[in-house]
Amino acid sequence: MSEENPNYLELITRGIWKENPVAYQVLGICSALAVTVKMSTAIVMGIALTVVTAFSSLIISSMRKRIPSNIRIIVELAVISSLVIVTDQVLKAFFYDISKQLSIFVGLIITNCIVLGRAEAFALANKPFDSFFDGIGNGLGYSLVLITVAFIRELLGSGKFFGFNIIPQFIYDAGYQNMGLMVLAPGAFFIIGLLVWLKNSLPGISKEER
Amino acid sequence: MGDLFSLFINSVFIGNILLAYFLGMCSFIAVSKNVETAIGLGFAVIFVLTVTSPVNWIIYHGLLAPGALSWIGQPDLDLSFLKFITFIAVIAAMVQAVEMIIDKYSPLLYATLGVFLPLIAVNCAILGTSLFMVERNYTFIESIIFGAGSGTGWMLAIVSMSAIRNKVKYADIPKGLDGFGITMIIAGLMAMTFMMFSGITL
Repeated sequence: MSEENPNYLELITRGIWKENPVAYQVLGICSALAVTVKMSTAIVMGIALTVVTAFSSLIISSMRKRIPSNIRIIVELAVISSLVIVTDQVLKAFFYDISKQLSIFVGLIITNCIVLGRAEAFALANKPFDSFFDGIGNGLGYSLVLITVAFIRELLGSGKFFGFNIIPQFIYDAGYQNMGLMVLAPGAFFIIGLLVWLKNSLPGISKEER
Repeated sequence: MGDLFSLFINSVFIGNILLAYFLGMCSFIAVSKNVETAIGLGFAVIFVLTVTSPVNWIIYHGLLAPGALSWIGQPDLDLSFLKFITFIAVIAAMVQAVEMIIDKYSPLLYATLGVFLPLIAVNCAILGTSLFMVERNYTFIESIIFGAGSGTGWMLAIVSMSAIRNKVKYADIPKGLDGFGITMIIAGLMAMTFMMFSGITL
């Protein structure tokens, strides 16, 4: 805990770029891969995870002095699952179609390593508001990766952007075909692999440890 | 019998929980550096899945599903929104119980599996299997088979991945791709080979 007033902006940007949870800490890739066939599901998933991470960090951090350390995992899981239940119910009430498409992956936010990871690594040692912004930053970083992957997969896999066809017909007439592989599981693995390569090759970023 | 067998084959190969549904990736990436530990974790996952899937089936259909509480005169009660918190609690408790039982009766097995068991509680493959089991309306027997099949598929994937990574260690990989990047690309290639099974009908 630092003495001076913490820079909230700094906390957020750190999660988005410098210590991006997916690309840098290799956390939470399960769902990052599964919901990225389309932009719309990716964005909803990103928002859901950001909300859950931010509030679970806030709650756990405000209770951090009262949680006995040997049962902390159970307490954290209880807080996270309650928030996920609320999120799931809200999605079912207002975005029923998308919540059907996300199927079990909303529930799997509970076991998403980012949420528990931030609770363990940051919220237990920092002030509530710092933790809240740290959660937002990490959630946004995760959303950024999700949206990038979904953009590439939707564009190459079905020639669409948010469900609209953006590849003009004459290109198809000229022999262009959608890349079926991108819609399937392997496409997601390849894109994440290549994104990590891109990220590690950019200057100014510390390399992932082996 | 034939149906159950095809469900098993289906959950091991075609609907492989890791390569087709991306569940359990975190530990897949973290623990696949060494073949022996991969085998140990694989067995632990099979074991826990085979136990938790039917236990969660009983709890869901006995207490949480819509109308399940009609035996205490509450036929309209629908508690299914509580399934997330219940399942994760059951999984955490089962993992703890399994750990204590193994410790008591088979110290040798405990020495091999012990360190992995706590990791399993937060493995998304376990929770995912239970949630799939509810979503696909499996019967009790099917839930056992599905649990065992998913576990076997997961173990198959992580053991082959660790074997491949052992070989890749000596390969000349571009600098930025080394580590996590190349692992994801190998996983992509493995997912492609597993897709070949999807033509099989049993």
